[in-house]
Amino acid sequence: MPYEFLEHEADIGIRAWDKTLEKAFAKGAQALFEIMVDIKKVKKASSVEISCEARDIPALFVEWLNMLLTQADINKMVFRDFKVTSIEPFGYDLYKLKGTAFGEKLDPQRHILKVEPKAATYFGLKYEFKDGAHYLQCVVDV
Amino acid sequence: MTIELKQASEYIWEIPKTGEMLVPGRIYADAGLIKHLVDDVNKGKEWNALVQIRNVACLPGIQKASLALADVHPGYGFAIGAIGAFDTETGVISVAGVGFDCNCGVRTLKTQLTRDDIKGKEEGLANELYKVIPAGIGSEGKIKLSFSQIDEVLVKGAKYAIECGFGTQEDLTFMEEEGCVRGADPKTVSREAKERGFNQVGTLGSGNHYLEVQYVSDIFDEKAAQAFGLFKGQILVSIHCGSRALGHQIGTDYLKTLEEASRRYNIPVRERELVCAPFKSEEGQRYFKAINCGINAAFANRQVLGHLTRKAFASALGTEERSIRTLYDIGHNTAKLEKHKVDGKGKDLIVHRKGATRAFGPGRPEVPDAYKSIGQPVLVGGTMGTASYILHGTEKGMEEVFGTAVHGAGRVSSREAAKKRWRAKEVIAELGKSGIIIKGHSLSGVAEEAPGAYKDVTQVVDVVHNAGIARKVAMSRPLIAIKG
Repeated sequence: MPYEFLEHEADIGIRAWDKTLEKAFAKGAQALFEIMVDIKKVKKASSVEISCEARDIPALFVEWLNMLLTQADINKMVFRDFKVTSIEPFGYDLYKLKGTAFGEKLDPQRHILKVEPKAATYFGLKYEFKDGAHYLQCVVDV
Repeated sequence: MTIELKQASEYIWEIPKTGEMLVPGRIYADAGLIKHLVDDVNKGKEWNALVQIRNVACLPGIQKASLALADVHPGYGFAIGAIGAFDTETGVISVAGVGFDCNCGVRTLKTQLTRDDIKGKEEGLANELYKVIPAGIGSEGKIKLSFSQIDEVLVKGAKYAIECGFGTQEDLTFMEEEGCVRGADPKTVSREAKERGFNQVGTLGSGNHYLEVQYVSDIFDEKAAQAFGLFKGQILVSIHCGSRALGHQIGTDYLKTLEEASRRYNIPVRERELVCAPFKSEEGQRYFKAINCGINAAFANRQVLGHLTRKAFASALGTEERSIRTLYDIGHNTAKLEKHKVDGKGKDLIVHRKGATRAFGPGRPEVPDAYKSIGQPVLVGGTMGTASYILHGTEKGMEEVFGTAVHGAGRVSSREAAKKRWRAKEVIAELGKSGIIIKGHSLSGVAEEAPGAYKDVTQVVDVVHNAGIARKVAMSRPLIAIKG
């Protein structure tokens, strides 16, 4: 935590929050991988650099999550920790993110497989700043 | 929030056309199923199916009605169990109408074995299937392709799997689109999608995907059962899976493309996931070609899994591989170009079926010759503990719902709630007592798929049967379920 899963009949909603936007993005990514495996069992043995962009913060959240799913799959990895180093506006309708995902090669015996997220969607997508924290949420198709 | 809902006939409810809606919403259900949908709205549930049906009714070029069938439940953008048919000239194509698992569907194989033939051998067969069917996160297929060969899969679909030695030509006769939809262009599929997909052809996946060994418990229509080659006590195998990560990546890639397109073509979007492009636009056409690639990937996937199933039966029971024939293979997450009558006139439509199965009636050229007098088989997946159904398409279904039927029971309980309520080991033990063997790669996955998390499949099927949009042929019950 701080992230939680929201009830959705067929899929899974995730909500993540933290004091900075970068940390809230990192928490959202942890929630995503918690859907897939028991992330506590994943070691931080290697890392993958991630950069992505989108026209607004909510779309950037979805893009970040989907980029992580793609990179995990292509590298046959699973991630447990995330560091978002920067989220910056670029021009008037573009945001760019740079970050790193830490994890290791997927080990079905050790990682306690759960269910494979297909994609983060724009459904239920929300970004708000309240009570001193950044909140992000979306529905993940599983 | 309130949504007006009127009962139009015994099994049809309508959301009248108001405000920005271009057509009414129309739901095939019974009073109990409708109550559940209305309760969601009354409880103030933000994510509910009725709002999703209403939102789809506002999309440009939609024809007749924003339709949903008895297995409807909340999805993302489109409800699951929804149909949206759009005029190809004025209408749109949408990622949410297809989903992130393009051509997810069911293939059913029919054996010549009876329940008695495998009595006492179920455990051995279950172990063999569990061993040979790649399933669960990170699994890789037994068909070894180089990166460049994936393009052949995207263009040729199941045909390519057969060229590689996985299955027989006859399988193609009994597949929707004969296992290969035209209009697939691999250039429209990203490198990432291909990288994710080339080693996953012939894998089951996870979540609600399964391979089940079943027996035919009831025949409702002797004539149709005979045409489909079904008899009481017969052992069937049903495989539920889709286009795997390749399909997921196509959805992810085109969600962004279509969001840009919605803005460029000024399409009003009531819910961000409902972004879409005019079908005839450059973006719309590119997405359509990519969907066709995804459709073919899913056909190839199920083709390879069907072949591995034959091998498992041969190895565990000594069954002759050729005796296991394909009954049918059908998708339930698709957007397809089809001709339908609207207001008495033939029209070219792009028909989105999100969690809905094509169910073409008798005489349609798309239906295999052997089934032409009956209508195509409709494969409705049940839950691990209940039953699956085989229906056939009807003329009435062609007229009312663009030749479509339900795809499964439809969830009624969220995955989170299911995990809290049921424990996997208890689910497995409970089903074991009724003679059903569950082999799962993920314990939490089994809990999420507990039969109680779903609607009653018989209630769902009875709605479409009684409404006449598809008719019951046979019911089968599970003996073995392999879960991802």
